[in-house]
Amino acid sequence: MSAPQLIGDWHALLLLFVAGVIPNQIWRMLGLWFGGGIDEGSELLVWVRAVATAILAGVIAQIVVEPSGALASVPDALRYGAVGAGLVVFLLTRRSIFAGVVAGEVFMLAGKWWLG
Amino acid sequence: MAFPPLNSPQWQSPWRTFAWGLRSITQTILTLVLFATYLGIGALAHDSHFSLLWALCSTLFVWAGPAQIILITTLGSGATVIQSAIAVTVSAIRLFPMVVSVLPLMRTPTTKRRELFFAAHLTAVTLWVECHRFLPQVPRERRIAFVNGLGFGLVSVCLTANTIGYFLAANLTQTLGAAILLLTPLSFLFSTARNSREVADVVALALGVLLYPLAAKMNSGLDILVSGLAAGTIAYGVHWWREVRA
Repeated sequence: MSAPQLIGDWHALLLLFVAGVIPNQIWRMLGLWFGGGIDEGSELLVWVRAVATAILAGVIAQIVVEPSGALASVPDALRYGAVGAGLVVFLLTRRSIFAGVVAGEVFMLAGKWWLG
Repeated sequence: MAFPPLNSPQWQSPWRTFAWGLRSITQTILTLVLFATYLGIGALAHDSHFSLLWALCSTLFVWAGPAQIILITTLGSGATVIQSAIAVTVSAIRLFPMVVSVLPLMRTPTTKRRELFFAAHLTAVTLWVECHRFLPQVPRERRIAFVNGLGFGLVSVCLTANTIGYFLAANLTQTLGAAILLLTPLSFLFSTARNSREVADVVALALGVLLYPLAAKMNSGLDILVSGLAAGTIAYGVHWWREVRA
């Protein structure tokens, strides 16, 4: 791997700051600045948490539904099946994250191997 | 690992407390989950043609897995900076209530705001969960040093994972590369499901997954935002309806 590949260009790093670092730090610094006076159980924060959770859920769906890179080589049904199998095991093991992740991975790898 | 009792002289040195925080990363399964997630982020950055330095800077300065993934997938799929920035800004809103609820745990009457700066920066879902678990066992006046140690340890684990994931993606077979990329959605899905205590959280998570493919059909460039706002607001409606009936 070459040095330019590892370091990249300044333009990409600038994008990282504008679209990544600033949008995150704004909320943390607002929390640091105004945090004292807000009730954690307030209705507004319940809604904010629900929207934030749903956005995260959308991110999860996006990676599985419209995969990029090597994951795109896995057939649709196998990706959905892996998430489903992981979810079943997660629920059966009383919410073990580890068991769910391992089950999903094993399902995908076994399916890939079986399909050849 | 057992912490010293609250009145132990071991807590008198801030550096020693920092070391206790650092060591406590070995006491949680979430460290392993983070490792897997950041292995995936490193691989995703590679497959989306970002540099390794870029991936490491995003971990160091953004320090929020979902935001980093949104950033990589949106920028990588040709969205504009504005579209990415909006999606990331909205996803990061959840950091605000986390910071608001976690900082009072380590504040004393004499704490200055700048002393909490790193703790605020390090706050993300893992640190937030672990603070609620560990901090009651740490004397209040030493908690900031402890959190800085814990955060430093977690960031180091993730930077290592990023680097390994990046090189694995470059060198592995396609199947194993796919397995690494699959780690991220699986670990996010199950760790979020595990942290969902109220009905609103569960509805938001399930609907958020189900509505995304519909929103994606609209092709607005803000798909995640559209499905997230819709699913989150419906989840809030369910919460509100249950409160009214109760």
